[in-house]
Amino acid sequence: MATAATAPARPTLKPGDPVVEFSHVTISFDRGPVLNDISFTVRHGEMRIILGPAGVGKSVLMKLANGLLTPDSGEIRIFGRPLSDMSPREMYELRAHIGMVFQESALFDSLDVEDNVAYRLIEEHVPASEVHERVVEALRFVELEQAIDKFPSELSGGMRRRVSIARAIISNPDLILYDSPTGGLDPITSTTIIELVIKQRDVSQTTSLLITHRIQDAFTLATHRFNPAKNEMDLIPNGGIDPSTKFLVLNDGRIVFDGTTQELTHTTDDWLKAFIS
Amino acid sequence: MRIPSPEAFAKRTVASVQEYSLLTWHAISSIFSPPRYIDDTFTQMDFVGFGSIPIVILTGFFTGCVLTLQSATSLKQFGAVNMTGRLVALSMVKELGPVLTGLMVSGRNASGMASELGSMKVTEQIDAMRALGTDPVRKLVAPRLVATVIMMFFLTIIADACGIAGGALVAVGLLGLEGSAFFHTAFRSLVFADVIEGLAKPLFSGFIIATIGCFYGLRTTGGTQGVGRSTTQAVVASSVLIILFDFLVTKMMIGIFGR
Repeated sequence: MATAATAPARPTLKPGDPVVEFSHVTISFDRGPVLNDISFTVRHGEMRIILGPAGVGKSVLMKLANGLLTPDSGEIRIFGRPLSDMSPREMYELRAHIGMVFQESALFDSLDVEDNVAYRLIEEHVPASEVHERVVEALRFVELEQAIDKFPSELSGGMRRRVSIARAIISNPDLILYDSPTGGLDPITSTTIIELVIKQRDVSQTTSLLITHRIQDAFTLATHRFNPAKNEMDLIPNGGIDPSTKFLVLNDGRIVFDGTTQELTHTTDDWLKAFIS
Repeated sequence: MRIPSPEAFAKRTVASVQEYSLLTWHAISSIFSPPRYIDDTFTQMDFVGFGSIPIVILTGFFTGCVLTLQSATSLKQFGAVNMTGRLVALSMVKELGPVLTGLMVSGRNASGMASELGSMKVTEQIDAMRALGTDPVRKLVAPRLVATVIMMFFLTIIADACGIAGGALVAVGLLGLEGSAFFHTAFRSLVFADVIEGLAKPLFSGFIIATIGCFYGLRTTGGTQGVGRSTTQAVVASSVLIILFDFLVTKMMIGIFGR
């Protein structure tokens, strides 16, 4: 039981409003600069896929967006508010509107699936009956209702990712950060996870950032849409591309591409062509 | 293995002290503002307090037994064997009870805290907690701090009682001393200042155990090997600090009470 925690006020966002803004952000660790002069904007309702070689700083960028790391220089604005101006308490309140799916799921291993998914609602003192209802709803979304009583150690890697997605979406966040949701999974399970991400994108139009190492997953996200009638994803007809899905490619700590799917596939940059081929 | 330069070592040490001070301050200030995690505090009191009772009873009891055997042998040479109760009571209440309880609870719980929080750190559960809008210091450190300080106080009283009981058992059963004389001299020798000294020390020990255990846990890096390293460092640092603060508190109490 936590005393006196409250559900913070939801930010008001209109279509096209910037949700994530990085402006000249630089961060270094002991081994040197990881991200160097990074600037980009993600607008309301947009899905931004972040690509780049391993170790280029994609996860660092994700943690910066959630205020889990602080940049050495530059400014990050989330929902229009600069993170550097926020007190720790305001930062925790802000995070109540951001869902995050971690690379290795990061489920609390001492809690069962229900308590993991319900974590944020319990912290906000939502009544127990409503908590259970919303947990079941979130688990139904990821098609994992039957695992509600299990502990994370009893789940497969793919199931853990699905629980992690359920935990991230249960509070209907205004921004979802997916840190390699398909990393380390077999192709079939990866497709299931990508289908869930597409479902979440198309059903709730939530703004999202997604890191992936698998180019095919990125293009699946760009070329598919969720079909509610069949409860599965479909290829967008006539070679169509989802207009809300855009790309950001990092290399050597810098942005080497920021644009649409078509611009990426028609790039003339040799390194980029080799990277996406 | 690369040997760090003196400058790098000094910087790292200062940074660690600063990090520890900030964590400690944050944990203390969390106790006095909402949200407070009352359930977690009771869970920790159960784990730290009730879970440590067996080792505290055994340690206290056998320390009292050994102390009686050793002191009675020495006191006999001066014809002062009847003072055994006094010596055992004073030693247990002022020194051995608080210190040994501190060391035993440190071995059990500073390591437990460091390994639990360290595992959470390396598996990104701490980051996940922060990402879910929960302050890990408020949720994990503050309840452990409150629980350990409160329970150390009571565990020390148990250790003192068991030590004196163990001493009495040996005095009566093995050395043939009179039980009433043992307890009478023990009771007569203890004054207010001794009890205050004996009960002030566990508050410091509890603070050290919880903050050091959590500090090393939360700064863990490097996977399972890192968790093992943090656990070892937590036990070593908390044990040394418990003995150091035992000396400082003793000196302070002598300064205040004159004994």
